[in-house]
Amino acid sequence: MRFLKSIFAKGSKKTRGVSERGIIVFHHTSEVIKAESLLKQADLGVLVKGPPPEIQSGCDMVIEFPIINQLQVVDILKKHGIEPVQVVPVQDHLLEPVSLYNVKDFGEFLMVRAANMKITVDKKSLEVVNVSGGGCPDVPFLAELMVGQKLFEAPEPASNGQTLCGYSLHLAYEEMKRRCHG
Amino acid sequence: MSWLIVGTVPDDDFPLVFGQVRVENGLLRIGPHNINIARGTPALAATTSLAASELKIDGPYALLAGDAGRGGGSRKLYAHLIEIMADLKMTGFTFHYLQPDVDWHNKILWAIQDNLDSPCLVADAGFMYVAKMSGFAAEYDLFTPDIGEMSFLADETAPHPFYTRGFLLEDESKVEEYIARAYSEKNAARHLMVKGAKDYVVRDDVILSTISEPGVEAMEAIGGTGDSLTGIITGYLMAGYEIPRACHMGAVANRYLGLLANPTPAYSVAQLLPHLGMAMEKASELWISNENSL
Repeated sequence: MRFLKSIFAKGSKKTRGVSERGIIVFHHTSEVIKAESLLKQADLGVLVKGPPPEIQSGCDMVIEFPIINQLQVVDILKKHGIEPVQVVPVQDHLLEPVSLYNVKDFGEFLMVRAANMKITVDKKSLEVVNVSGGGCPDVPFLAELMVGQKLFEAPEPASNGQTLCGYSLHLAYEEMKRRCHG
Repeated sequence: MSWLIVGTVPDDDFPLVFGQVRVENGLLRIGPHNINIARGTPALAATTSLAASELKIDGPYALLAGDAGRGGGSRKLYAHLIEIMADLKMTGFTFHYLQPDVDWHNKILWAIQDNLDSPCLVADAGFMYVAKMSGFAAEYDLFTPDIGEMSFLADETAPHPFYTRGFLLEDESKVEEYIARAYSEKNAARHLMVKGAKDYVVRDDVILSTISEPGVEAMEAIGGTGDSLTGIITGYLMAGYEIPRACHMGAVANRYLGLLANPTPAYSVAQLLPHLGMAMEKASELWISNENSL
C-alpha cells in the first residue's frame, strides 16, 4: 500500500505539491564545489545540478537545497566568505520573496509584519515586547532571545535564525529599525 | 478521546519526550520536565490541557522534541512517531511547530493511514506549511491559518509564506477569494479556521460562520494567541464536538480571553490563560443562546 502511495505521490507532485527545494546560484564553479562541501558537512541535503533556463546569471552549476533552511545555508556560506549571486525557490518560474510590510500603530506600541512574522516594539523605550506568527521551530527560540531586549541591541534574527520564518522576522526587524531610527 | 499534540520546544538540549501533559504553577509539565509557557507548542499544549480540565475530560498527550530551528529535533521526533505509531490509540492529532520536511511528512501521514482508524488530523504552523507543500492538504481535517498563511495556501506555487506572490496581498477583505482559491487548488484541509479581525469557519469551501466580536486589537501582536486558539479547539475536539462547532466556540473563547485580560501588545499568552475558564463559559452561553434563537 505504501508503495502505491509512494507512486501516487510522485505522480501527483507536479500538479498538487509544491517544491520544497531552493537553488543557490554562484559566480564561479570553485564556489559551488566549496559550498557543496560546507553544506554537506552541516548535514544539509544538497545536490549540485545544472541551472534552469530562467537563471540567466551565474556559473553553469547550481546547488539545490531544502528551501526551509535558506537562512542557515546563507549564514554558513557567508561565514566562509561565499556570497551567492541568487538564492531562489525551485519553481517553473522564479518567485520573489515578500517585499511588502504591514504596519500597525497601537499608540504606545508599533507592530511590523513581514510575510507571516510580526514584531512589536514599545515606541518610547524601544523595547521589543512581542514576536508573533510563523510556524518554524526557530520562531519561539528567536522570540525568547529578542523579547525584553532593546530594538537596536537585540540579537539579530538573521544571525540566530535558521529558516524562512527567521528570515521573515529579520525583514520585519530591519523595517522596524528603519521606522524607529527617525 | 485520546489526543496527541506533536511539536517542538525551542531548546536543542530538550530531549524527545512522550507523555500526558498538565499545567502546574504556571508551567507545562510532561514527565519530569517543566516548560515555560510563552508561545509555540508549549502554549498550545498548556491551553489544551486547561481546556480539557474545564470540559472535565482527560488531558492530552504530547510528543515533544527540542528544536531551535536546525531541524534535528523535528527529524528525531518524526522517526520516533513512525516507530510508535502502531501502538498509539489516538483518535486525533494536532501537529504544530515542526521543521517542514516533505519526505518525513509523507511518511507520517502514511503511517497514520496504515495504522489508525481515520483519526482527526489538525495541522497548524510548520506542519500546516509542509502539509500544503506535500500536495496532501485535503487529507487533513483542519488547518488554522492566519491571513498571511491563508494567502500562502491560496498561492499554489508558494513553498512557504515568505514566497507568497505579491498579488495575494494578505488583504483581509479578500479572505473569501483566498479560501476559494485554496480549495480549487486542493491546498486546503476539509475545514479551515481562518484567524483575523474576522474569523472564518469553513468546510469544503463553504463558509459556515464568521466571528468578529469581541474584538481586542492587541491580541494580534501577542505571541501565542494563535497557539491558544488551536489549543482551545483541540480541547473541544477531544470532548467530541464537531469540527465547525469546536472552531466557532474556540474563536469566541479566544476572543473572550483577550476581552477578560484586557491586554496591551506587551502581554504574554501566559497572562491570558487564567481567564480561560470564564472565556469558555462565555463561549458556551453564546452557543446555547444562538441555538435557542434558531
